[in-house]
Amino acid sequence: MPKPQKSASDSLLLQADVLVLGGGPSAAWAAVAAAESGAKVVLADKGYLGTSGATAPSNTGTWCVPPGDNRHAVVERRWQRTGELADPRWMLRCVDTAYRNLLRLSEWGYPFPSEDDGRLYIANLRGPDYMRFMRRRVLLAGVTVLDHHPALELLSDGDAIVGAAGVARQIGQDWRVDANAVVLATGGCAFRERILGASGLTGDGYLMAAEAGASLSGMEFTGKYTLAPYGSSLNKGLPFRWASFHREDGTPIVGPTGEPLRNGIGDREEEVARALIDGPVYARLDQAEPALQGWLRQGQPNCFVPYDRAGIDPFGELFPITLRAEGTVRGTGGIDIVSDDCATGVPGLYVAGDAASREIMTGAVSGGGAVNSSWALASGWWAGKGASTHARRRTGKAFRSAVQSLGQAGLRPASSPRADISAGEVIEAVRNEVTPLDKNFFRTGEGLEKSGERLGSVWRDVRDHLQGEGLDRVRTREAASIAAAGRWSVAAALHRTESRGMHRRSDQPGKSAAFAHRLVITGVDAFRIAGAPERLAELVS
Amino acid sequence: MIEIVSATRCVECDICVKVCPANVFDATDNGVPVIARQEDCQTCFLCEIYCPTDALYVAEFAEGPTGITEAQADARQLFGSYARALGWKRGKAGGSEFDPTHRIRVAQ
Repeated sequence: MPKPQKSASDSLLLQADVLVLGGGPSAAWAAVAAAESGAKVVLADKGYLGTSGATAPSNTGTWCVPPGDNRHAVVERRWQRTGELADPRWMLRCVDTAYRNLLRLSEWGYPFPSEDDGRLYIANLRGPDYMRFMRRRVLLAGVTVLDHHPALELLSDGDAIVGAAGVARQIGQDWRVDANAVVLATGGCAFRERILGASGLTGDGYLMAAEAGASLSGMEFTGKYTLAPYGSSLNKGLPFRWASFHREDGTPIVGPTGEPLRNGIGDREEEVARALIDGPVYARLDQAEPALQGWLRQGQPNCFVPYDRAGIDPFGELFPITLRAEGTVRGTGGIDIVSDDCATGVPGLYVAGDAASREIMTGAVSGGGAVNSSWALASGWWAGKGASTHARRRTGKAFRSAVQSLGQAGLRPASSPRADISAGEVIEAVRNEVTPLDKNFFRTGEGLEKSGERLGSVWRDVRDHLQGEGLDRVRTREAASIAAAGRWSVAAALHRTESRGMHRRSDQPGKSAAFAHRLVITGVDAFRIAGAPERLAELVS
Repeated sequence: MIEIVSATRCVECDICVKVCPANVFDATDNGVPVIARQEDCQTCFLCEIYCPTDALYVAEFAEGPTGITEAQADARQLFGSYARALGWKRGKAGGSEFDPTHRIRVAQ
């Protein structure tokens, strides 16, 4: 275990081979993988490893495809649904590594349930139990875990990333970890929507990576929303698979065939979204048979907490619902991966989980819980291994004196700081452009252009004037990250003049062959968007 | 969001201070933890299940406090209700082996 040292400035200084930033499943798997390769690993999280992230409060399926001849067919079928942007090779290697790690969990003794025939059912992970279990595995692997240590910025020696710095928010002390490689497992950006896990999911890793020179992809795919009881944090669609939906006056909401909706998830979210733009919408889980009601209650207990506490019987009475924006969490955008070990193209910087673009896995459609969960199991593993291999190659080179701190917006404003620009107002201004259903679920070129102008103005204020001191730096950096992510998302959505998957342009309905490729964004302040047709997968026949 | 730290149930172990991913609580020198940053609560209910004495109550409304009192939550037996639904006890994990979600997936 690395020994903490106090520097002259009274900040915590650690040295490691691999530094993992984040506290969700991909961070945990990256830390375990790096430690198993013999690396000295430090994991620093904004929150608490075990409760941080979107997985811990949830109950998530995995994309669990056992080995065998059927695997190619399963991947091929899923690929058909990705809007032609996913890469079957990545999908195949992901299901393979995720399956191995699910077996690893079972060997380690994770308490999986059994199927009716007695076989272990490893295709589902209960969030609180899974993440608590992973915390123990991370500690058993000898990793130094720093909870409540948000990272503020990456450190570079001019050639490579050599660590990160931040603040220990419960003790008010700065920290720095010098490392030969860094894994960003900081999650997606939920744009401060009040959904499970979102308090930490502010896109911090995107901004840190972009400042270091990494690119992003899939940022236009932020049009995923999930049903929730009105005002609640429970963005879990599954129970709405067996629901009917009604307007204020009691008329049922109908699907594309004119029949009343009996299933509100997947593509049918669109009808509910239309109705919600018009006015309040109510649902009732009246399509669930009594046996299923019991399984839902017992299997998805978090989904029933809001009803039970509000005194609602969701199977028998109508209750108001909402669609919660999920940004890049259930969207697909994130840091672009350039090689099989989850490298970002910036030497020493690796990425895993929702911090990475999942476009190669799930294209223009949401990775929901299952694909994203398997992606965390696999990408965490690869990034941890990749980072430790890089660290080994660099041994002896690291810890140079000439270390640059890369953080800009929200930390070191380009002009004079202004007290009238607050993190909270910045976030509210970004939310106004990227969360309303009539701006972001259904998009138009005109609307996106206006949003882009407003976000450009917000961004200039952030870049030039937003600054925090002490612990406030966490909030100003979060605001800067959210502003950057919103700006990238709107710009990419404007660039993609077609509709594909969760990117719905009312003015450009239908897919265009000219956009059957990913969009890669490079740069923070002045950024460029480039198509990446050359990176398109070799398609499975 | 988080609304109640029950002084009658709390044993001042400060586990909630440690495990809250949003850093909502502050420990105090000689008393129960306080809800110091309620606005940051993400309504994930995880503090409740980690609490060894079911002393915490998170109301279902995520956008702001509902004003529910300890007596009201107590009368409706809401303290510890999420932990009981999961099978967690006294802050310890349990019950995932009885999760029937595979039956839901088949029905789906």
